Amino acid sequence: MSTPAPLAAPVPVPGRPLLEVRDLNAYYGQSHVLHGVNLHVNPGEVVSLIGRNGAGKTTTLKSIMGVLRSRTGQILLDGQDLTRLSSNRVAARGLAWVPEERAILSTLTVRENLELPPARPGGWSLERAYQAFPVLRERGHHPGSKLSGGEQQMLAIVRVLRTHPRLLLLDEPSEGLAPVIVQAIGDMLQELRGEGLSVILVEQNLKFAARLADRHYVLVDGEVVDEVARHEVEDRRADLLRYLSV
Amino acid sequence: MNTQLLLIQVFNGLVNGAFYALLSLGLAVIFGMLRIVNFMHGALYMLGAFTAFALGQAFGLGFWPSLIIAPLVVALIGMALERGLLSRLYGLEPSYNLLLTFGLTLLTQDLVKQVMLSQYAVSSAPYTPPPALSGVVNLGFVVFPKYRLFVIGLSLLICLVTWFVIEKTRVGAIIRASTENPMVTRAFGIDVSKWVTGVFGVGVGLAGLAGVLAAPIYSVEPYMGAELIITTFAVVVIGGMGSILGSVVTGFAVGVLAAIGAALYPPIANTLVFILMALVLLVRPSGLFGLPEGAR
Repeated sequence: MSTPAPLAAPVPVPGRPLLEVRDLNAYYGQSHVLHGVNLHVNPGEVVSLIGRNGAGKTTTLKSIMGVLRSRTGQILLDGQDLTRLSSNRVAARGLAWVPEERAILSTLTVRENLELPPARPGGWSLERAYQAFPVLRERGHHPGSKLSGGEQQMLAIVRVLRTHPRLLLLDEPSEGLAPVIVQAIGDMLQELRGEGLSVILVEQNLKFAARLADRHYVLVDGEVVDEVARHEVEDRRADLLRYLSV
Repeated sequence: MNTQLLLIQVFNGLVNGAFYALLSLGLAVIFGMLRIVNFMHGALYMLGAFTAFALGQAFGLGFWPSLIIAPLVVALIGMALERGLLSRLYGLEPSYNLLLTFGLTLLTQDLVKQVMLSQYAVSSAPYTPPPALSGVVNLGFVVFPKYRLFVIGLSLLICLVTWFVIEKTRVGAIIRASTENPMVTRAFGIDVSKWVTGVFGVGVGLAGLAGVLAAPIYSVEPYMGAELIITTFAVVVIGGMGSILGSVVTGFAVGVLAAIGAALYPPIANTLVFILMALVLLVRPSGLFGLPEGAR
């Protein structure tokens, strides 16, 4: 049994990143998927992980969240190691994960889905979720599975905002959605970023990622091979597109 | 067969059905969340009855306090077994769990047998229903033992409450979420393992409750759960694994059908349930209320 470090109020240290990932290696059974990933997220920063399918982006998020357990390295939140914590404890420390498949629970109503994660002070109220996406109120009593893809994505994001996360792990929020929905989700993320929420955004849609992220990490075959800051994106667009092209 | 005899059989069937429903409901709740078939369920039913008997012998506790305390004792024992033993087998072949719970069944039965023989010098003991529930009720068209009507009513009530909690409350939402997607539910900050232990406790507590209810009808003996649990597994197969509503409806329906069948053609009494099970497996392998594998 690992003893969780006490849930003391985090003391921000000037210049220290909110999250720091050091030499992260991850495994699915016999296959070695991440090969020493290093990255960090500063307080209030939006960082994207971009790369092709299979590059290890989703695995990185799952490893940080503690959902994938077979991994080595260090995952530090405010300097405290999360590696040994189960994912419910990681969530209690202020991390929230929106998986790629959205994981809307079909045996729960839309409203039950919204209210499932334990609410914490400062988190989104039901009212705020309804204001942001009124369709969630209208569909409140429908089973979660009856929502459209875009509605499911909205629900998946606002659902975890109840927990007042300090760091949001978002896995391909724009995937498979109509442009107007992608726009709406982008607007909401802009708003959250304005409120100081830190985000790791996994994306294959460079346009969407470029609009939101302060920095981009490029993953290839389970390694970070490049880091591109917001102001460099214009000049290095060709490189980035090459990393993403199949 | 005259109408009155038929009605009596329907009532007797409902009494049996009340036990099938409570037991298969517990199995369904446990299977839904833990994905294990609790082979020990019959032994824990017996343990409920035995605890009520022992509480009476040791402390002079009557039926009503035992009806509350014995299921709690069974639930606590179940939770300790889940934490200490069952949880070590999660993620392994289901057959390991089957062997473990089967072994625990044999242990429990023999342990209770030893205690009954050495402490009370009996191999089986009667258990008196409370005075308020003795005697009969004249329903107008038929006269029926009061206690058995109580069993039907309480079983229905418990099933209804369980259904309500699971389908309509926040606790139920957490249980449904943990059943459907434990990984994501845990990542929301919910300690799924604790809920698994709790749900197992409630599931076997229902078996313990059924045991206390059965004591005044069938008397208390170490193997009282063995036969009943076989029939209950057939009920679970007919209703569909893991379906709450299915297990309750099927429990009562099978009880009534079997009783009527037995009255119409006595030799079929013991096999009718299994004939029904075979038929359902032929037509709807996932059970009357079950979803096909993969659609869950």
